[in-house]
Amino acid sequence: MDINTLGLPLAVLGAVLAALLAGIGSATGVGMAGQAAAGVVTEDPGKFGKVLIMQLLPGTQGIYGLLIAFLTLSNIGVLGSPVDVSFAQGLMYLFAGSLMGFAGLISAKWQAKASVSGIQMLAKRPDQFAKAMIFPAMVETYAVLALLISILCVANIGKIAL
Amino acid sequence: MKETYTYAVSRVRCRETDLLTRLDFDRLMQCKTEEECLRVLQDKGWGKDAGVPLSAEDLLPEENARLWQFVGELAPDLSVFDVVRLPADFNNLKAAIKSVLTKTAPPHIYMTGGTVDPALMREAVEKNDFSLLPPFLSEPGRQAAQVLLQNRDGQRCDVLLDRACLLAIQQAGEKSDCPLLSDYAEMVTALANIRVAVRCQKTGKNRAFLLEALTPCRTLSLESLCTAALKGRDDLLSYLAFTPYAEAADALRESMTQFEKWCDDRLMELIRTQKYESFSLGPLIAYILARQNEMGNVRVLLAGKRHRMDDRLIQERLRELYV
Repeated sequence: MDINTLGLPLAVLGAVLAALLAGIGSATGVGMAGQAAAGVVTEDPGKFGKVLIMQLLPGTQGIYGLLIAFLTLSNIGVLGSPVDVSFAQGLMYLFAGSLMGFAGLISAKWQAKASVSGIQMLAKRPDQFAKAMIFPAMVETYAVLALLISILCVANIGKIAL
Repeated sequence: MKETYTYAVSRVRCRETDLLTRLDFDRLMQCKTEEECLRVLQDKGWGKDAGVPLSAEDLLPEENARLWQFVGELAPDLSVFDVVRLPADFNNLKAAIKSVLTKTAPPHIYMTGGTVDPALMREAVEKNDFSLLPPFLSEPGRQAAQVLLQNRDGQRCDVLLDRACLLAIQQAGEKSDCPLLSDYAEMVTALANIRVAVRCQKTGKNRAFLLEALTPCRTLSLESLCTAALKGRDDLLSYLAFTPYAEAADALRESMTQFEKWCDDRLMELIRTQKYESFSLGPLIAYILARQNEMGNVRVLLAGKRHRMDDRLIQERLRELYV
């Protein structure tokens, strides 16, 4: 069997992992923050707008994963015109997708914890909205860094002749 | 998967903003009369569910009922709160036994928030059938009723039920996977033991009575505590100085009132760590205890104003606050 026939499935696996793991992380995170937000809104419906924004913060990782999955599928020809993907290139797409997937999964969960604490902070100090936003937003930095590296990888793997 | 209480903790954080602060208590202290205090409390939302202004006697039971109604909305299984619900059960059992056996029915003797309906307790005492009650109440209840009926010994009746209550609290604390609850149960038991030892030393009780009244706990040696209490006040204070409750000795040197305040303040200090916890049962327990502490403070303040006590005397009886 020509090992290069595995290139495409590996690249698809990379795309799937990016969307799947980051999606799981975001779903868990948004759910967790949603519970906290619901608790605050039960007591004070007037805080809905503020806590909704806090709830959405851990949702970005899922979007990043989706973006990497789209880019990968587009570059390997699953979307659009067919492209030859060697085994080595497939493996690189897998690594690039996994990077976004795992970074998204873990950062979304931790961001959710920071969001929950921020939501509970808003429950007591609604005037501190900006500060409550900054703490979970700091976690976002690392998801963005992973996204950046994943994009650089996915965008350039096709140019490497292996 | 470990149970999380994210929704409930968020609700509690909102409710914590309604807790009375030191400023509120300062404002209450400035009131001249009990009626004035009641108006300030009403402005803060106390008794708002009743729809009409409540008297001091009705306000605290109403607020206690409101607390437990809220707690009922927080967790599907209320047994997780057993450590803080058990004292109400044993108080109600004590009240049921005494009111049935003395054929009296004073108002407001039953507390809300227990695990067993006080009506069932009353029925069990009236029928002398304690099997109607759950095991942790049936045997102590039967013994206490027997002691009161046969010997008319109200003090021993109280001792039996208080000890059974502490044992039940300890068991519930050990069973719980919330570290706050086991620490709380241990501290409540140890402080109760110190309180018993001090009182027994003052009233000259014998070793047998002391050993019957003391409850085993991890942080105090009952044998040493008992021996020290029998020897005298100085020996008792010296023993306490070498335990985790060394500050109790300093408080006791000042007065019994200071010691009681120190006990409650120590419990508040324990639960204050829960202010920074977002997911566990701890903040819920802390809120319940904070509300009970707040109601205790209001009770002291209202009683003080009613009897025109000196402000300094009221102030020194007010406990530390959670917020």
